[in-house]
Amino acid sequence: MDDLLREFLTESGEHLDTVDAELVRFEQDPNNQTILRNIFRLVHTIKGTCGFLGLPRLEALAHAAETLMGRFRDGLPATSESVTVILSTLDRLKAILADLEATGAEPAGSDDDLILELERMATAEPAAAPAPPPEPVLPEPVSRELKPGEVSLDDLEAAFLAAPGPGEADFAAPVAPPVAASKVEAPKTEAPKVEAVKALAPKAPTQKAAAPRAEPAETDSGKAEPAGDAEAVVATETTAAGSKIQTIRVNVDTLEHLMTMVSELVLTRNQLLEIARRHEDSSYKVPLQRLSHVTAELQEGVMKTRMQPIGSAWQKLPRVVRDLSAELGKQIDLVMVGAETELDRQVLEVIKDPLTHMVRNSADHGLESTAGRIAAGKPARGTIRLAAYHEGGTITIEIADDGKGLDLAAIRKKAVERGLAAQADVERMTDAQVAKFIFDAGFSTAAAVTSVSGRGVGMDVVKTNIETIGGIIDIATTAGRGTTFTIKIPLTLAIVAALIVRAGEHRFALPQVAVLELVRVDAGAQRVERINGSPVLRLRERLLPIVSLTGLLGQSSGQGTETEQAGFVVVAQVGRERFGILVDEVFHTEEIVVKPMSAKLRHIPMFAGNTILGDGAVVLIVDPNGVARQVAQGIQGSNSHADADAEAETADLGDAKTTLLVFKGGQGSFKAVPLSLVTRLEEIECDKVEWLGGRPLIQYRGRLMPLVPADAAITIRSEGTQALVVFSDGERAMGLVVDEIVDIVEERLDIEIAADRSDLIGSAVLRGRATDIINIAHFLPLAYDDWARGPKRAEQVSTLLLVDDSAFFRDMLSPVLKAAGYQVITAASADAALTILQSDARIEVVVTDLEMPGRSGFDLVAAMRGAEPRLAGLPVIGLTEAVGTDVVERARMLAISDLVAKFDRSGLIAALAEISTAKVSQAA
Amino acid sequence: MQAANANGAETGPTDEYVTVYVADTLFGLAIERVHDVFVPSGVTPVPLAPDEIVGLLNLRGRVVTAVCLRRRLGLPDAVAQDDKASPKMAIGLEQTGETFALVVDGVGEVLRLGADSREAVPINLDPRWRNLATFVHRLDGRLLVILDVDALLGFSAAGAKAA
Repeated sequence: MDDLLREFLTESGEHLDTVDAELVRFEQDPNNQTILRNIFRLVHTIKGTCGFLGLPRLEALAHAAETLMGRFRDGLPATSESVTVILSTLDRLKAILADLEATGAEPAGSDDDLILELERMATAEPAAAPAPPPEPVLPEPVSRELKPGEVSLDDLEAAFLAAPGPGEADFAAPVAPPVAASKVEAPKTEAPKVEAVKALAPKAPTQKAAAPRAEPAETDSGKAEPAGDAEAVVATETTAAGSKIQTIRVNVDTLEHLMTMVSELVLTRNQLLEIARRHEDSSYKVPLQRLSHVTAELQEGVMKTRMQPIGSAWQKLPRVVRDLSAELGKQIDLVMVGAETELDRQVLEVIKDPLTHMVRNSADHGLESTAGRIAAGKPARGTIRLAAYHEGGTITIEIADDGKGLDLAAIRKKAVERGLAAQADVERMTDAQVAKFIFDAGFSTAAAVTSVSGRGVGMDVVKTNIETIGGIIDIATTAGRGTTFTIKIPLTLAIVAALIVRAGEHRFALPQVAVLELVRVDAGAQRVERINGSPVLRLRERLLPIVSLTGLLGQSSGQGTETEQAGFVVVAQVGRERFGILVDEVFHTEEIVVKPMSAKLRHIPMFAGNTILGDGAVVLIVDPNGVARQVAQGIQGSNSHADADAEAETADLGDAKTTLLVFKGGQGSFKAVPLSLVTRLEEIECDKVEWLGGRPLIQYRGRLMPLVPADAAITIRSEGTQALVVFSDGERAMGLVVDEIVDIVEERLDIEIAADRSDLIGSAVLRGRATDIINIAHFLPLAYDDWARGPKRAEQVSTLLLVDDSAFFRDMLSPVLKAAGYQVITAASADAALTILQSDARIEVVVTDLEMPGRSGFDLVAAMRGAEPRLAGLPVIGLTEAVGTDVVERARMLAISDLVAKFDRSGLIAALAEISTAKVSQAA
Repeated sequence: MQAANANGAETGPTDEYVTVYVADTLFGLAIERVHDVFVPSGVTPVPLAPDEIVGLLNLRGRVVTAVCLRRRLGLPDAVAQDDKASPKMAIGLEQTGETFALVVDGVGEVLRLGADSREAVPINLDPRWRNLATFVHRLDGRLLVILDVDALLGFSAAGAKAA
């Protein structure tokens, strides 16, 4: 394919996109002549170029569309029907262009259907139309220096005039005289132009040969204006879109290379400056100063070339929404905010398609039908809102609809059906977690597959696309109120102003967008105070939570106190969260080029990237979002970073839910046991039950497994099947005989009545039913006499302290730990634990729940680490419900030996065993 | 004899390796993977990073992740005095469009080696080493362990990504 054709393809593609968007605007505002003129001009350009390049199909289509639009301009009312026809014409044009791009030739086919339709509409109301529509009004849409092989718009214009109309394909008589006349003023280009026009007559498909290298500089648009068109060019024509935009297409790689070279140049300049400072020779100074300025400007310029407003990715959306709205019979408003937000163009390319897809999804799935909306008491018109803005060093794009929200129940069901998660897991998940299932490949809950969406393809692609550029996507959904997708794209490749600070021994860059102000702190008036160990600062009658950057990054925490005496607090804001970052020193601000973190380091949430400073040093860019998340963990409740996160956290911290297996055991009463203790559920044939020494056993997986009734009232059935709940510990297994397995529920476990029977822990209300919670510790010894005695591990008895606020867990874990050969002392809170620790020197290991109300397990460990050496050195095992990166990080900082999930008994035993062996080997 | 081979005197197909040493062992890296040999300076440590990564450095305008071969092989860091005596060297490697600097104790010569001195990796090697080495060449008086560059840079992000 030759360059000319390629250029034409790109340009026409862009023009068509603009026409798309403009037409939708025009339909809503049919009296706006400016829009219409703009559309007309673009279509006209396309038509002219097609004729020039010898593309009859495109030309005929464009001509017919232009004719109809000409009629609009003459006062024919633009109906929705006619706009639709023009839009489908544009689609056809695009399809042909796509083929042309792929094959290099116009595809065969007929467009008579559309052309006839367009003509029918154009002639529908012959009333007011004057016979010859006035000449098109043409501003200069493209005016720049031409590359070799290109043809100026004026040439095209001339060619257009010369080109045969659609119906007169055989009439090939170029109207050369006006063009030739205009060339008097531009003698150098005369020859090629005339040739170009002539070349039209035989309709040569490739024009490159026919259009020789024109002298680019000579085609000054003013001069070369064809005289014959003089009346067509109205000087006052300066519409918004029609104003002169001088552009040139440059390969991104070229820019990339340019950027690297400029960075090199900056570094070299800086080195030179350094040398000049040392030598007192002032003759260098002036030129060096100039070099310095020029370099800075060059750098700035090169950086700007990479940026594009996000609006260019949104251009297609009004059309998409309009079509969908017609197709789905919904009334949809598209609101776009922040179209001017600038984005690196590579990033823009990647998010373009996902955005379109998500808007389609919102229109189809998100918004209800008009009738449904009215029934729900909402305005009939649904709204899809697109917003883009810079936030804390990332670019955030929100796609929000005010529709019905995600059907979480359906998603839960589907997730289980598709085997993405177990029923129990799904029940335990927060809504935000459940919503994320829609990003799984092939996941769709749409009852009916529409032509628009519902095929289950797409959201996974959206997620993958966004993740490839290091972005994240989040969903917040409220039933009946709508769904908001938030895409956060890191400022990869973007340029930001950053504050260079020092923390500990190293410098860091803090994106300035997140910084509100700087406060100097000292030991006097502006001092950092502590509440329960957490630093805060009084700032204008408000308390500001403080984090120390060194502490955050796991560097020596001892320095923190010094910093508090003479450091700076960078007051930052992310979302609605305000916090202070304590640093040792603040240097200056600098425009930095954000370079992405190496793939090996991208998991560290604290950093948004890195950059090279003017002096050549690499510094890390602190991600205010990552910091905010850490801060929010310290200050519960004020977590407003992201709705989804907040939701997840309150669910985890506020009311820990437990998943319980509910079964019927004895006289129809309901009993329950934490599901995590259960190994398996079985249904066995009753004739498999054997009796040995008066005790029921079955052969289970090649071993004998004792059966124990869950209640004295249960008798093992003699025929049919028998339901069993299997518990196992190491190699041993026990079958708990129950009447019937009822359900798995996830509820907050509130034991209301403590039982005085050893087989029950107590009673609780689960799903509105009084349910006994059974004590597994009671049943295990019934199956194996020695289960509780710890047969093999007796040789090494050590004492451990179990800290958990929940009596349930203490009761549950104590027997397990005792069985494993430990002496167990329990404490119900961090404070109680500390008291016990101080008084009881026998304690060798501490097992603590990390999430406790009041002082958490972390606080306990922190207090221990700061206490006398005996306590400071004690190994600690943390029990936690969710092992997240941040938890792991905090644990690591506090030297917690191991993190074990709360119900993972074997994991806990293994972790304890590891600690004892470590101790033995240390002693040896 | 091997020395002669090492100088490319033989006729069979040969491969070229950049030799580096760490502690007392000589390692070879396929020459086509080596982009640079330089003295690493101004390394910015990355807090919370995996242990193998010593930090980031600026290599002619590019940010390069410095990976310590010693730590990668599970060897203790070099003693401080060694540092002063012979400054460390780094090898610029590229993988999936990213540049890495492999920090080594020193860089030796480029060797051209044929298949005749090539041996499989001894099975009694530490599994960590076995995973990183492709084969071993018998040189005159010492052994050359050929390292697999992709495996070398293939360590995960400390497992923390899973969370």
